[in-house]
Amino acid sequence: MIATLKFTTLLLAVVVCRATQDYGYKDVEEPTLGDSQYGSLWPLPQKVQMSTVAFKLSGVSFQIVDAKESSSGASCSLLQNAYRRYDEYIFPISRMQGQNKKKAFASVSELQVWITSADSECDNYPSVTSDESCECPGMMFVFLVGALSLETFSQLVYEDEYGAKSINRTEIQDFPRFTHRGLLLDSSRHFLPIKVILANLEAMAWNKFNVFHWHIVDDPSFPYMSRTFPQLSQQGAYHPYTHVYTPSDVKMIIEFARLRGIRVVSEFDTPGHTQSWGKGQKDLLTPCYSGASPSGSFGPVNPILNTTYDFMAMFFKEVSTVFPDAYIHLGGDEVDFSCWKSNPDIQKFMAQQGFGTDYSKLESFYIQRLLDIVTTTNKGYMIWQEVIDNGVKLKADTLIHVWKGNQQQYQAEMARVTASGYQALLSTPWYLNRISYGQDWQAAYKADPQDFNGTDAQKKLVVGGEACLWGEYVDATNLTPRLWPRASAVGERLWSDKDVKDTNDAYSRLIQHRCRMVQRGIPAEPLFTGYCAHEYKGV
Amino acid sequence: MEEKTISNSRRCYKQWLCFMVLFMSFSVIYVDAVWPMPQMISSSMARYTLNPREFIFQYSSGSSAQPGCSLLDSAFERYFPLIFTDYRHNEWFRFPFTVVVHVERAECEGYPDADSSESYKLSVCSGQAALRAETVWGALRGLESFSQLVYQDDFGEYFVNETEIEDFPRFQFRGILLDTSRHYLPLHAILKTLDAMSYNKFNVFHWHIVDDPSFPYQSSTFPDLSSKGAFHPSTHVYTQIDVKRVIAHARLRGIRVLAEFDSPGHTQSWGKGQPGLLTPCYKGTVPSGTFGPVNPANSSSYKFMTHLFKEVTSVFPDSYVHLGGDEVDFTCWKSNPDVRGFMLKMGFGTDYTKLESYYMENMVNITKGLNKTAIVWQDVSCGPYLSLSVVEVWKGGCYLCEVRRVTKAGLRVVLASPWYLDQPGPTHDWARYYTVWPLAFKGTEQQKKLVIGGEVCMWGEYVDATNLSPRLWPRASAAGERLWSDEKMTSSVIDAFPRLVDFRCRLLRRGIQAEPLFVGHCRHEYQGI
Repeated sequence: MIATLKFTTLLLAVVVCRATQDYGYKDVEEPTLGDSQYGSLWPLPQKVQMSTVAFKLSGVSFQIVDAKESSSGASCSLLQNAYRRYDEYIFPISRMQGQNKKKAFASVSELQVWITSADSECDNYPSVTSDESCECPGMMFVFLVGALSLETFSQLVYEDEYGAKSINRTEIQDFPRFTHRGLLLDSSRHFLPIKVILANLEAMAWNKFNVFHWHIVDDPSFPYMSRTFPQLSQQGAYHPYTHVYTPSDVKMIIEFARLRGIRVVSEFDTPGHTQSWGKGQKDLLTPCYSGASPSGSFGPVNPILNTTYDFMAMFFKEVSTVFPDAYIHLGGDEVDFSCWKSNPDIQKFMAQQGFGTDYSKLESFYIQRLLDIVTTTNKGYMIWQEVIDNGVKLKADTLIHVWKGNQQQYQAEMARVTASGYQALLSTPWYLNRISYGQDWQAAYKADPQDFNGTDAQKKLVVGGEACLWGEYVDATNLTPRLWPRASAVGERLWSDKDVKDTNDAYSRLIQHRCRMVQRGIPAEPLFTGYCAHEYKGV
Repeated sequence: MEEKTISNSRRCYKQWLCFMVLFMSFSVIYVDAVWPMPQMISSSMARYTLNPREFIFQYSSGSSAQPGCSLLDSAFERYFPLIFTDYRHNEWFRFPFTVVVHVERAECEGYPDADSSESYKLSVCSGQAALRAETVWGALRGLESFSQLVYQDDFGEYFVNETEIEDFPRFQFRGILLDTSRHYLPLHAILKTLDAMSYNKFNVFHWHIVDDPSFPYQSSTFPDLSSKGAFHPSTHVYTQIDVKRVIAHARLRGIRVLAEFDSPGHTQSWGKGQPGLLTPCYKGTVPSGTFGPVNPANSSSYKFMTHLFKEVTSVFPDSYVHLGGDEVDFTCWKSNPDVRGFMLKMGFGTDYTKLESYYMENMVNITKGLNKTAIVWQDVSCGPYLSLSVVEVWKGGCYLCEVRRVTKAGLRVVLASPWYLDQPGPTHDWARYYTVWPLAFKGTEQQKKLVIGGEVCMWGEYVDATNLSPRLWPRASAAGERLWSDEKMTSSVIDAFPRLVDFRCRLLRRGIQAEPLFVGHCRHEYQGI
C-alpha cells in the first residue's frame, strides 16, 4: 500500500567505543588506511570521525550480537543471516581455533547491533528503515544501529602489517541522501543466469544500492514465467526451460534481495518493446499492414481491443502479487507509431475517438487505461519520461524516470517533471552499458540528480537515480566487470552528501573498495594500473 | 536421425569435385562451421553419427608420430571432451568412428617456431576422418578444425558431415600480446587465454612481461628485479616454474612464447632492483631523485643486459626475442651531465635519436650474439644494424604507410596498429578488427612477403583478470580469421557475423568468457559471474 510506505530517513550509527583496558596498545600514527582520511569507506557516510586509535579484532572471540536493547533478537533471521555474511567478510579465512589468550592489546570483542525502531521489521520487505541512537557504555564493543551499517563496519576493518584485523576508533552517523538508489539489469536482450543476478545483488548491498530495477522482458525475449499465461515464456523466451525465470527463481531473487535491504521493482514495458509478448499471446500486438493487407509483422500492443485490457488486468494482477514491492515499472518508452498508422482498424478507431492523426493521443489512451488497471492492484507506478512528454495524465505520486538527452536536456527535463509536481528519478548520465577508454567512472561520479534549475520544493521531488546496464552487448560474460566499480560511483552520488565530490579522495577510496569487492569474489574491473593484494581468482 | 554411411572412397572423391562446384555458389551454407575459415573447405549433407564410446584417435601406420608422441597424445586427451561437450552415450547404435592422424615429421618434444609448417589436410569420408599434416603443429590445427565440425542436434546426438579441408595459415605470425606489468595476471588467466588462442589458431603469445609499473618476472640471475620491482615479491611474480608452465602449456597448443623485455624506456620498475641501471634525471645541476630510461652512457648497463638476456633466451626457447624500444623520453637523458658528456664523446651532437639508436644497436647485437632474432617496436625502425630484425608496427594513423616504408627497407613486419583491443567498445565493433587489409599497400611482391603477420594487443592499464577474457574474445577472433584465412573468402562482414555468433557460443561452451556480439542467446550460457 502506498499509504503505508514510510520513506523515513535512514539513520545509522556506527560507534567504535574506546576500550577501558587501554594498556599495551600503541597510539599508532595513521595506520595503513591509504591516502584518504576516510580509508576505504564507500559510499562515504554522512558524518565520520576517525581517530588513529586502533583496536584489534580477535579471530577467536569477535562476534556480532544483538544489543540487549535492540528490538530484534535471534528470531530475526534477516539480521542473523547478515551477521554470518559479514563475519565471513571480516574473517575470510576460517576462524582460528583455540583459547582466547590474554591479550596484550586493546581489542574489540563484540559488535552489538541495536535496532531501535519499535518494530524491527525482520520479515517485511525493505522500504522503511530504523531510527538511530547511540550510547557509549565504555565497554569493548561496537554499537551499530541499523542493519545496513554492518557494511560500513566491515569497511572499517583493515589488516595491520602483521595481518591482524584492526579497526580504528570511529564515530559514524549515516543516512542516505536519496531514497531510491537503483540499478537496472536487462534480462531480455540477453538471459542472465540467476547466479549472476544474485552476485550483483550482493555487490549492490556493498554499495548501498537499495533498488533492483528488473527490466525482465522486452522485444527479444520473455523469460518471465507467468502462472496465468505460461505460454508467454513458453513461446517468447529464448528457450522455454533453460532461459526462463520460474516463479521460484523470482521468489529466490526477491528473498535474496530482501535479506540485503534491496527492493525488487519489476518492469513490464508496454505498449512498445513487446515483440516477444506476441509470440505467446495471440492478438495482443497490432498487426502491421503493407498497403491493404497485413504484412505479417507486428507492432506495439493493440490499444483498440478490449481483450488487450482484459489480458493486462489479469497479467498485472499476477505481477503485483509476485513482486511485493509497492512500485511497479510500466515502461512506456519508445513507442513506434508507424505500425499503428498502417493498420486500418486503428485508423478507424482514431477517427471514432476524434484523435485526428495525433498518435500520441492513442498512446495516452492506452497508458491511461493501463494505469487505471494497475491502480486497482494498489501499486504505485514508475514510467519512462516519454509518457509525461506525451502529456498522459498521471497520478500525483507517479515516479517519472528520466533517461533521454544530453546534460542540458536531462536537466531541463528534471526541472519540467518536478515543476509539474511529479517525483523524478534520473538515469541519463548513468547508462553504464556505454563504455569508453579510460576512467569514465568520473563522469558518472560528477553527475548530480538535483543539479538543475528549480525550487527547493522541486529538488525534494527528486527521489534518486538508477544506473542502467542495458543488454544489447552485455550478458553474464561481461556484465559484472562492466558494472563494477563504475556503478559504485553512482552509488556514492546517491548515498553521500552532495558536497562529497572530491574525485581525488574518491579515487583513493574507490581503488580500495574495488579491491575489497574483488576479494569478496566480484570481478570488479580495475580503475587504472596497479594491483590488489588479493587478485581475482575466477576465470 | 539420419544415418548415411558412404563407404566408397571413389564416391567421396566424386563428391569432393561436386562440392567444389557447390562451394563456389553456396559457400556460406557449407563452410560455416570452422573459425577461422580454412583455405579450402567443402562439405556435403551426408553425415556420420559419433558415439563417444566408439570414437578413437589413431596414428596412421605410416605416420612418423606414433603412440608416445607426447604432444599429440595430450592433444587427443584435450580434444575428446571438447568434441563431446556433454558426455552421453547411446547404447543402441555402435558405429565406430576413427580419426586417423598422419604426421610426416614428428617433432613431438620440440617447440613451434617461426618456420614451423601448420598446414594440414582433413578428410571426413567413408566413416572416418583422415588428418594429414607435415608437422605435429599442423596436426594440432587440423584437430581444432575437426572438433569444430562436430555438432549436436536437439536430441544431443553428435554428428559430423562429410567434409574435405585443405588448410594453411595466410600469415606465419599470429599473435596476442598480454601485458602483465600494468596489472599482474594470475597464471590461470594466462593459461586460459592460451586455450582460447588455440581455438582461434593463434600461434604466438607475446608476453609483455615487464614495464614501468612492475617487474613480475623472477630472474634467477637478478632476483632483486622482482623482489623489489614487482607489485608484491611473492604473490605478484612469475617464478621460473610458472614461466616453464606457461611455455609448456603453449607448446602443447602449438603456440610460441615471445618474451618482451622492453628497454631503454618503460623500465621504471627495473630500477628498483638494479641500482645504477636507469639514468638519474637532473634538476639544474643536482639529481632530482627521479630516473629516466636505461643509462646508455654506462657500459655496465650493457653488461647487465647481456647477462639478463642470456638468461631470458635460455628460459624462453623461441628464436625471437622482443626488445621493445618504444616511446623513449629524451628529457631525462638531456638533463643528465654524464649523458651529455657521452653524446659529445660519441659525436652525436644534440640528436638524442642517435643515442637511442646506439643503445638499440648494442641490444640487437647482444641478441644476435645469442643467436636470436630481435623484434622491436616501430620507433626504432631504421639503422643497418637491424638487418635481420623484425619491426612491429603499432602506431595509429596510416599504419600501412609505415608497413610500406619498413618493408621497403627490407625488414620484416608484424602489424599491430589496427588490433589494440584494450580499447573497449561495444562488440559490434568487431567488424573494425575484421575489415583490416594488411597487404593493401603499394609495394612489390617481395615487400608483401615481408609482412609476416599481425598481433592483437591487450595493454593492461584498464585490464586485469576481472575483465580480460570478455574484452579479448570474441573480438580477437575477428583478427584471428584475418590472419589465418584467405582474404577473398573472408571479405564480407555480413557472411562472417553468423559464423562468429556461433563460434562465440562454442567458446562459451568451452568455458571461455567471450562476450556477446549482439542481442541473442547461446544454448549454454556462461555460468560464472
